[in-house]
Amino acid sequence: MFGSGLLQGLAVTAKNFVGSFHDPKRMVTTEYPEQKTKLPEAYRNFPFLVAETAEDPMGTLRCVACQICEKECPPQCIYIEKSKDKKPDATGKMQIYPTVFDIDTSVCMSCQICVEVCPFDAIEMDQVFEIATADRFNGLMLRKEQLTKPNSYFHEIHPNDAREIDARLAADRKAAEEKARAAAAAKAAAPPKPSAPPP
Amino acid sequence: MTPTTDSFLERAPLLLRDWISGFFPAALRGVINDLIAILTILAVFGTLFAFLTLAERKILGRIQNRPGPNRTGPFGLLQPFADGIKMLTKEDIVPRAADQLLHFLAPVALVAFSLLTFAVIPYGRHLVPVDLDAGVLYFFAASASTELAVFMAGWASHNKYSLLAAMRALAQLISYELPLLLSIVPVVLAAGSLSPSGIVAAQGAWTLDVLPHWYVFTPWGFAGFVIFLVSALAESNRSPFDLPEAESELVAGHLTEYSGFKYALFFMAEYFGMCALSSLGVTLFLGGWQAPCAFLEFIPSYAWFGAKLLGLLLGFIWIRATLPRLRMDQLMRFAWKFLVPLSLANLGVAALWRLGAGWSEPLQLVRWAMAIAILATAFFLLGRKLSSGFGPRVYRYAPS
Repeated sequence: MFGSGLLQGLAVTAKNFVGSFHDPKRMVTTEYPEQKTKLPEAYRNFPFLVAETAEDPMGTLRCVACQICEKECPPQCIYIEKSKDKKPDATGKMQIYPTVFDIDTSVCMSCQICVEVCPFDAIEMDQVFEIATADRFNGLMLRKEQLTKPNSYFHEIHPNDAREIDARLAADRKAAEEKARAAAAAKAAAPPKPSAPPP
Repeated sequence: MTPTTDSFLERAPLLLRDWISGFFPAALRGVINDLIAILTILAVFGTLFAFLTLAERKILGRIQNRPGPNRTGPFGLLQPFADGIKMLTKEDIVPRAADQLLHFLAPVALVAFSLLTFAVIPYGRHLVPVDLDAGVLYFFAASASTELAVFMAGWASHNKYSLLAAMRALAQLISYELPLLLSIVPVVLAAGSLSPSGIVAAQGAWTLDVLPHWYVFTPWGFAGFVIFLVSALAESNRSPFDLPEAESELVAGHLTEYSGFKYALFFMAEYFGMCALSSLGVTLFLGGWQAPCAFLEFIPSYAWFGAKLLGLLLGFIWIRATLPRLRMDQLMRFAWKFLVPLSLANLGVAALWRLGAGWSEPLQLVRWAMAIAILATAFFLLGRKLSSGFGPRVYRYAPS
């Protein structure tokens, strides 16, 4: 019938109007500042540094200031200064640590190369995107204190990666312990070798 | 009439007005009363405009399954004021090539003309700002002048989009003024009066105290009301007839070169025009300020008028949310080949209806049947003629 399409259309919009009040499935809007959507695990933007514990993040940094990421970074947004002294690292080995670790997020291009090259799994990609600031120089220059986040946070944002890395680190730690034990046992069993024979 | 028709609530606006004008000398009281009426119309319809924009955005949002504006104040209630402040603080840009005087005058004239139409509407039993004998005629004279202002805007902007929009607006006006006027002729015929308050008074009776004698409940009145609604949509440049400002084709049509408060004035005039035409529709077809049932008369008449007006405005918003914009040729074809013949047929039916006013009880059924049959036949024949050769659309390559 002529005009029946109009009535059908009006019925559709009326159904939508009424439905939006009693059917929460229809209202797909996430009201952003109050509600936040769960970001997909693969989402990344800027790197952060992983610390073992939340209580002492600066003391338990995985980073050993090897500066590989600094050298590999394509836009060169990482700046590291090594320490003079040494501290035990994640596997208990004495290592140097970074006294300065800066990432200029205004330069960073989120390529994840630093994460891929890091032999210590000490740098990972973060998911914080609310980084707007009034100061485009210091506000976007992230210092070591701002970059460091505990391993538990890493588990929250990238659970699969974090589990894999934790397993690997635990295996490494165990192997290192066994090696140390074996070495100690061998040392105890064998008499100290004489120094180089006299000429 | 029951004594409730003259109750305190019914007379309260008048008492307030007389109290205020009582502070002035007797010679000035007539002028002061008129000024108070003007200020009241400005304030009421200004507020209605502000919250109508919000309601429209909220309802459109709900229909599209999103919440709509909800950031400014509770439920977004302060949104109109935020919009107003934004409009006021924007830069007012006038193109160098534009006709400076006309460019300035167009929004002013538009708002002035659309405000003029509010003067003759009976808002309540005692609330008629100007009770003209030829009020309906005056209304159409004033509302048709708004298109002049639209053409002024389009011409003065010195912009091809604006000019095209102005041409379209004029074509649309001429096409839809005809069915609009033809759809209200039966009302004038039935009421025997061109005065809006006379037409409302003619609708003030009930069968068995519950069935109102509004014109929309007669066959010709219903057809006339539908034709009136469609033409009113076109007259007030509302979707689906918003061709003069079709943003996908003409940027913003006649509004392209307007910014800041001048743009807000155009926006305001569009809503004023919509309110005025809805008010007229309520007055002519929906019984104006009459209550729907006799026992509901204790609610003051202006409240009934407001409720009916809001209902019609919500209908306009609903239609906007539903129908896509017509093409120019479809618009013309629909007006000249469908609405005009149908309203002419409706006029004939109304004449027949008036002829049968004195018929006896059983013949009343014949009167109803004849009227409905003529209108339905005209509707089907014209509808078939209008859409023959145009549909249904066949998609040759898309998978069905």
